Amino acid sequence: MGQRIRGILLWTVSLLVLAFLVLPLLVIVPISFSSASFLSLPIPGVSLRWYEALLTSPAWGRAILNSFIVGAIATVIAVALGTLAAIGLHRNEFRGKALLMGLLISPMIVPIVIVALGSYFFYAPLGLSSSLLGLGLAHAALGAPFVLVTVSATLTGFDANFARAAASLGAAPLTVFRRVTLPIIAPGVISGALFAFVTSFDEVVVALFLTGPLQRTLPRQMFDGIRENISPTILAAATLLIVFAIVLLLTAEMLRRRSQRLRGIS
Amino acid sequence: METMTAGDGRSLRTALRRAERARSLRGLGLALPLVLFTLVFFVLPIAGMLVKSVQNGPMPAIMPQTSALLQQWRGTDPRGLPDEAVFAAFAGELRTASQDRTLPELATRLNFENAGYRSLLMATARRLPEAPAGSWRDTLVGLNPQWGEVGIWAALGRASTRLTDGYLLAALDHRRDDNDRVQSTDASRSIYVASLLRTLEISAIVTLICLVLAYPLAYRLATLPESTANLLMILVLLPFWTSLLVRTASWLVILQREGPINEMLQWLGLIDQPLELVFNRPGVIIAMTHVLLPFMVLPIYSVMKGIPPNYMRAATSLGAPFFTAFRRVYFPLSLPGVTAGCLLVFILAIGYYITPLLIGGANDQMVSALIAFLTLQTLNWGLAAALGTVLLVITIALYFVYTRVVGTDGVKLG
Repeated sequence: MGQRIRGILLWTVSLLVLAFLVLPLLVIVPISFSSASFLSLPIPGVSLRWYEALLTSPAWGRAILNSFIVGAIATVIAVALGTLAAIGLHRNEFRGKALLMGLLISPMIVPIVIVALGSYFFYAPLGLSSSLLGLGLAHAALGAPFVLVTVSATLTGFDANFARAAASLGAAPLTVFRRVTLPIIAPGVISGALFAFVTSFDEVVVALFLTGPLQRTLPRQMFDGIRENISPTILAAATLLIVFAIVLLLTAEMLRRRSQRLRGIS
Repeated sequence: METMTAGDGRSLRTALRRAERARSLRGLGLALPLVLFTLVFFVLPIAGMLVKSVQNGPMPAIMPQTSALLQQWRGTDPRGLPDEAVFAAFAGELRTASQDRTLPELATRLNFENAGYRSLLMATARRLPEAPAGSWRDTLVGLNPQWGEVGIWAALGRASTRLTDGYLLAALDHRRDDNDRVQSTDASRSIYVASLLRTLEISAIVTLICLVLAYPLAYRLATLPESTANLLMILVLLPFWTSLLVRTASWLVILQREGPINEMLQWLGLIDQPLELVFNRPGVIIAMTHVLLPFMVLPIYSVMKGIPPNYMRAATSLGAPFFTAFRRVYFPLSLPGVTAGCLLVFILAIGYYITPLLIGGANDQMVSALIAFLTLQTLNWGLAAALGTVLLVITIALYFVYTRVVGTDGVKLG
């Protein structure tokens, strides 16, 4: 009897916490379809006017484009460098490895305002402040640890005998990498890429410090909008971003399961 | 016993070690691009910030002679007004700086010492005669009596070195007085330590609430069949993947006066007037808890998944009531996850900026917001860098504890 009450209690608490995590995201979805400009429920009528305003506004269009450019720069660099480093450091024990890993992971935990402030001083003399390239480089440094971590996790189950077998059959190192290693670690690389992209796509503090009006990114545009006067247009953008997040999350989750299956873990 | 030898006659062990070392070096070669990239685009900018926090400013470059003389003057005790040589050197270099248009830069630096010194310097430069009427000292005092006070000269003296501890002292609400003795700032101006303490306080509260909410959820997920747990885990991960600004915007809408929370409470008849939930501390804590909760659930869940259910069964079958078994067996085993989650959430929380800025009021701003304000609004980069340095030291200390307790392999994602 006590066990049943405990079970019910535990379920109740768990579902409430899950509701706390998810419901706040869902509240803004209906308001973004409102025909009125006030931000409360219930909505007086359904309309797509805020989506129209969003998709026809040059400022929002520019911001979305900028975010994809910066995200692409950051992701390409982070994936290339992070994957190579993960392969190089896997099953490679040497003195000072813990320190090196600590250094490479540190962009994940250093307060973002410190990165922004440092970049603000560092990029100006290089002519990289107020440029999408500069922001992309800063974001690449923030995203690379995610690639390092996800690819390292995939490599944990990687049977090095596959690579040895290929090499013993005469494949050149690059061929071994391309034909054997890469296909096996691909899920880790792709989910690392997703993490790196989201890190950049969602980043606003460095963007605040490093961008001028022409380099405004989507989060920066939303930030300014929320600060000035939060309108249903912002909620329309937010709704699209939630849909985008769901797509990314499901992709990452699918990759994780596929990777576990490939490595025979699950 | 005969040692085994490789083809070239060396002992097998040596050959093996050589091969291992070559492999290790090749691996390091592969890691090198990321190491270099991180050093250049992450470590170097932060090192630059550390340097900025002790760099004094343009005074030694703009007024080299005055700076050198003021250094000597700072060595005298008791310290009266500087002598005529300092006044003369200063008047000469003030004119040069005014002609070279480097004066505004210097005046801005002096204004950080005392608001008002900027206009004092600029006005004096405008009205400075070609030659002194009597001594330079009388001339300058004639232009503005402030030149006859020790305060401005002490301020010039503090600005005359290449390196300074002034910004770091200021970030900890201390300053050097006219005799260069370290003193705490007046209570009315002590805002930086208060902001640091507030940051730590908010972070601690958020960490605690996250732990209380995450522990039962993680326990439920860890004791469910794998497939159900994975499905519910998606709900935990969804906020994790959603833009921070989206989540902040949602909370603004939910917590506002006409928001669903207030409407529901009014409908239930629990309140007559809408509650003020936004632009204050509870709003900040609720929103930050929401943002950071997944970072608490994930590490606790992954540790709990590794606890064999047999342990609890064994304890209860031996007669322990559920809560005793839980407290004595399960909870201690789950502690590594709790430690990892708490440290991670706390480390992430102390760097928060956007959420408190948009949802908090003036008294809920965390130290990051102050750093951004000093950098982008008042352009006091030295002080901004000093506050950044203090925040960085706290973070690195906590990160060090984290790697000791959890290890860098403990950083896992989903």
